[in-house]
Amino acid sequence: MKAPIISSWFGRGAIAAPPDIESAALRSDRFRLEREGEWRRLEEIVARMERGGLRRISDDDLIALPALYRTAASSLSVARETSLDAATLGYLEALVQRAWFQVYGPRQGFARWLRDFLLGGWSRAVREIWLDICISLFVMMAGAVVGWLLVAQNEEWYYRLIPGGLADTRVPGASREELLRTLATEESAAGLSAFAAQLFSNNSAVCILAFALGFAFGIPSLMLMVHNAAMLGAILWLFAGQGLLVEISAWLSVHGTTELFGIMLSGAAGLHIGRAMAFPGTRPVLDAAAEAGRRGAVVMVGVVIMMIIAGLLEAFPRQLVDGEPGRFLIGGTMLIFWLSYFFLYRPRRSASEAA
Amino acid sequence: MSKPADNRTRTLVTPEGIALPLTIASRGSRAGALMLDVTIIVTGLIAFYLMVIWIAGGLLEGTSLDPSAAPRGAQEFLLILLALAGFLTWYGYFLIQELGPRGATLGKRIVGIRIAPRDGGRLTAEAVIARNLLRDIEVFYPLVTLLTIMVMNSMQQDIGALGWVMTGWLALFLLFPFFNRDALRAGDIIAGTWVVERPRTRLAETLSTQGAAAASGASTITGARYTFGEAELSVYGEKELQTLERMLREAQPEALTAVHDTICRKIGWEPGAGDERAFLEAFYTQLRAKLEGDMRFGKRKADKFS
Repeated sequence: MKAPIISSWFGRGAIAAPPDIESAALRSDRFRLEREGEWRRLEEIVARMERGGLRRISDDDLIALPALYRTAASSLSVARETSLDAATLGYLEALVQRAWFQVYGPRQGFARWLRDFLLGGWSRAVREIWLDICISLFVMMAGAVVGWLLVAQNEEWYYRLIPGGLADTRVPGASREELLRTLATEESAAGLSAFAAQLFSNNSAVCILAFALGFAFGIPSLMLMVHNAAMLGAILWLFAGQGLLVEISAWLSVHGTTELFGIMLSGAAGLHIGRAMAFPGTRPVLDAAAEAGRRGAVVMVGVVIMMIIAGLLEAFPRQLVDGEPGRFLIGGTMLIFWLSYFFLYRPRRSASEAA
Repeated sequence: MSKPADNRTRTLVTPEGIALPLTIASRGSRAGALMLDVTIIVTGLIAFYLMVIWIAGGLLEGTSLDPSAAPRGAQEFLLILLALAGFLTWYGYFLIQELGPRGATLGKRIVGIRIAPRDGGRLTAEAVIARNLLRDIEVFYPLVTLLTIMVMNSMQQDIGALGWVMTGWLALFLLFPFFNRDALRAGDIIAGTWVVERPRTRLAETLSTQGAAAASGASTITGARYTFGEAELSVYGEKELQTLERMLREAQPEALTAVHDTICRKIGWEPGAGDERAFLEAFYTQLRAKLEGDMRFGKRKADKFS
């Protein structure tokens, strides 16, 4: 009497030799014993891939993987029609599923993905959501105009739009000198890099929020953008009242062309998802949402990069470079750079992306 | 091998057209995995911060504990490190691990689940990024806001209806997986993914090459040969066969005796004692040979009632 020793399979390298094929009384068991070696080899390769990625796998094994996977998959189909051995069927189902995860798993890893992303994937995703970018741009401009008009009609709105902590001396009634002082440069770069890091985490959090809110059919994203643009409009109105419109524009443009562009893109990405869910067309809603979500995610990774750049610009050149021409030059260069990167730079798809 | 509840099993069709059974991860195990992950991240960050503070403490040495006298460049460097470390840890932890070959974070691995694309195709980096970006507004943004509100409230500040709005927000997304049958959260919908149990089954030994089955029905103990006729084998179907298989593999003596008794009574044999396993092994092999032979002719007998 011999009880099956399941635990022997857990020991590393302690795999018992399979019984003699001819000794099997059943045709389905002979089928299994003939193929068992290949299944075990597949299992071993898959287990090694799960542990440590592709580097530790020999070339032979890597080449054999797709063939072994298909062999196991076809064994499963055959076994379903000819065998009633529940343990073998369960093992094959699990094995094919694990191998499927590896054969069709994320192949490139993060570094490779990042390279493809910078060399084309990002600008392509941005171009794909052009309609949402147009809507987003329109909404932001409308928000700025509304902010300006509201404050111009009633100064009370200024305090509603701009939270107290942010405004400090920048309030209605401030003198021209006070306002000018807020636009001045700092004497040294000390403390600015820490400031940049904080600005970056704060701004990218706002952008991720604008993107993620797109889930509710895009409406909260639009509201968030209108609010931010209205704040901008109110500040512009304040400085314009003292004849400082050019000065504030130059001051804002240094980082603003990058930051506002990024906020616009994140709102557009959120809106893209919302629109896909509200108007999925002929596709199922879930498919439409998933497709739009992936495209939006690509745009969002780019937005985070833009926020890093905007944070650096905000902390260093804006505080250190004096004079309107210099500031406009930096801001304008950044704007031209982004526009040409997104809309003029169109590399061919690389082989790994097309796959 | 415990069978999972039927309402969690799904069929996934691979690009080769093979239907594979999948089990959707339970909501409880997903919540547990998330809590594990957050615990790991928070513990790691606290350890990192303590180390930074310890280094910063070193900077203050020799300056009679006056922060303004400490080297400014080093202080600033540490501040940047803190701001970026939090951001990178938070997103990097989920992204890098879910993009890896296991498709799961450490917490998910511990509870034995992983993410997979819903359509059976490739799991893309975009999908992983999308589902992780959305987790923030689903759980952490309202949670942090709620905590802030609670602190503000304890300081007697008027917060209006914001508390209720945030509670509703949090509840909406936390309950989201309960209102669809695949237990998708909002991030899964956007990314086109779902969370499934990780299969892990070992190949058991062939039963028909052991004991009485291999020796064409002869017991190794008594030498008795068990052969069953057509009528005796046709009382059971596939369901009973697989139950018997499970019992033979588990090999609990009391259970085997009980099954032995039942089968003997059913086929009209006189149940003896002492040689149950050999009897059952022979019965299993011959029943399986008969049922599998019938299968090849397109005849299937699901259970004893059919």
